[in-house]
Amino acid sequence: MTQNASPPPKLILRFTIIGLVIAILATAFAYVGGWLDPGRLTPDRMINTLEDNAGVHEGYRRNHAKGYCVVGSFESNGNAESLSRATVFETGRVSPLIGRLAIPGGDPHANDGMPPIRSFALQFQLPNDEQWRTAMNAMPVFPVSTPQAFWELLQASQPDPQTGKPDPAKMAAFFADHPETKPFLAWVKTARRSSSFVNVEYNSLDAFRFIDAGGTTHFVRWGLMPEAPFTPMTEAQKQDPDFLSRDLRERLDKGPQRWHLIVTVANPGDPTDDATLAWPADRRQIDAGIVTIDRAQDQADGPCRDINYDPLVLPDGIAGSDDPLLSARSAAYSESYNRRTREEAESATSSTQEPRS
Amino acid sequence: MNPRTAATFSLPARLLHWLMALMILTMLFVGVGMVATVSERHVWLVQLHKPLGIAILALVIVRLLVRWRYGTPALPADLPPWQRAAAHLSHWALYALMLAMPLIGWTMLSAGGYPVTLFTGVTLPDLVSPSPTLYSALRFAHTWLALSLFALILLHLAAALYHALIRRDGVLASMTRSRKQP
Repeated sequence: MTQNASPPPKLILRFTIIGLVIAILATAFAYVGGWLDPGRLTPDRMINTLEDNAGVHEGYRRNHAKGYCVVGSFESNGNAESLSRATVFETGRVSPLIGRLAIPGGDPHANDGMPPIRSFALQFQLPNDEQWRTAMNAMPVFPVSTPQAFWELLQASQPDPQTGKPDPAKMAAFFADHPETKPFLAWVKTARRSSSFVNVEYNSLDAFRFIDAGGTTHFVRWGLMPEAPFTPMTEAQKQDPDFLSRDLRERLDKGPQRWHLIVTVANPGDPTDDATLAWPADRRQIDAGIVTIDRAQDQADGPCRDINYDPLVLPDGIAGSDDPLLSARSAAYSESYNRRTREEAESATSSTQEPRS
Repeated sequence: MNPRTAATFSLPARLLHWLMALMILTMLFVGVGMVATVSERHVWLVQLHKPLGIAILALVIVRLLVRWRYGTPALPADLPPWQRAAAHLSHWALYALMLAMPLIGWTMLSAGGYPVTLFTGVTLPDLVSPSPTLYSALRFAHTWLALSLFALILLHLAAALYHALIRRDGVLASMTRSRKQP
């Protein structure tokens, strides 16, 4: 070791070098972390906008806030085994399900009759700690194809404080700027609200990849086809803001409710990165098995409460596609989950009251 | 030569130091980057974060064994006591964080009910059963300890450069040079 008695030359320069190295690293870190980039669409900003629109309802999901836990199982018939090596599709395998039926929007006390859409999220529990989570919607296409456009749609639909409704001019301007919304708008115009959660068809909307035992990739979308025939919302139901949960309990009291898990396989050239575009109706469809729901439970104390239905929690044999919405859903759901679990933890420590209903 | 009074770190210690320096800095940038975007980067950064974290956990255990086996060179005799104390304290804090961060991350995902998938088909066992309260506490700790670790690494780097450029006392060289060299 050198024992230097005289101070080194160019001391100021040397301290400057040290300072610069540290400053460059710290700045790079801050940039990557988004602190120097106010225009970047972060999960935080996405969730903030949802909160701007619907308010903060502590402990609840920031979107699809009103929902009910359901429990059941999926029995595979083996038909999808040739497309995906995921254990969930093995012939005869029964996978336990924890699901959630919900309506879109950030208000956990919303009127069931308002939105034309219902949603169904499922968690399939598989062997070896694997899971398959999916969050489906009862509509044929998504309104937009990118996270940025979804964020702009949220901003355009912010309720006017005077009327409590979105500003029609802002909405019109958004749709005019986004021609990709046309298929969705065409569907909404004719969509009839269902009388029940259990008699509508749910779709993954985003494309995914199935990987078979030989390692070959197949682009797919999946959905649930109900056994119960569709009937529209009745006049009596319109008067009851909670008719969907009432209907669900009444139907489950009579017996389990079933859907067929339908896998649609893309042809080469079908869009896999754009959830606004449906695939042609003649694409190969496979009935992969039966989803059975046996019972429902309130979400305040039900098994779905603490599940983040992140669409990219997938088992071996299923993977995400190049659809940019998937990454955004995964990131934003995670931020919503972080916020509501923190609120749950805070309310658990601040009082011993019953959980919110 | 007694390894505890050697002028430089052992070869395994030097290799582990520089490899882990690269991995941990990468890990910290991946971590802040993945929670700050909804783009496709989010997905592949998360997929990188988990196996890299487990690799750091395995390596820090090896590194502690190497340190215990080969020892460390002594600090310069003329180092002021406060700098000596800061050096010891910051090194043990670095080791503690290198061990704690991957374990907190793994436990946090278990508490959140998430499968801890390292690679396709490789899922780690749950360390705890799902609990939103525990998840929330660990999520908070993971963020703030990560930022603390980054701050500590900047301090460590500044101190190393201070030894190299200002004091010129051979402390940085003990991590860059072979033992055979004078």
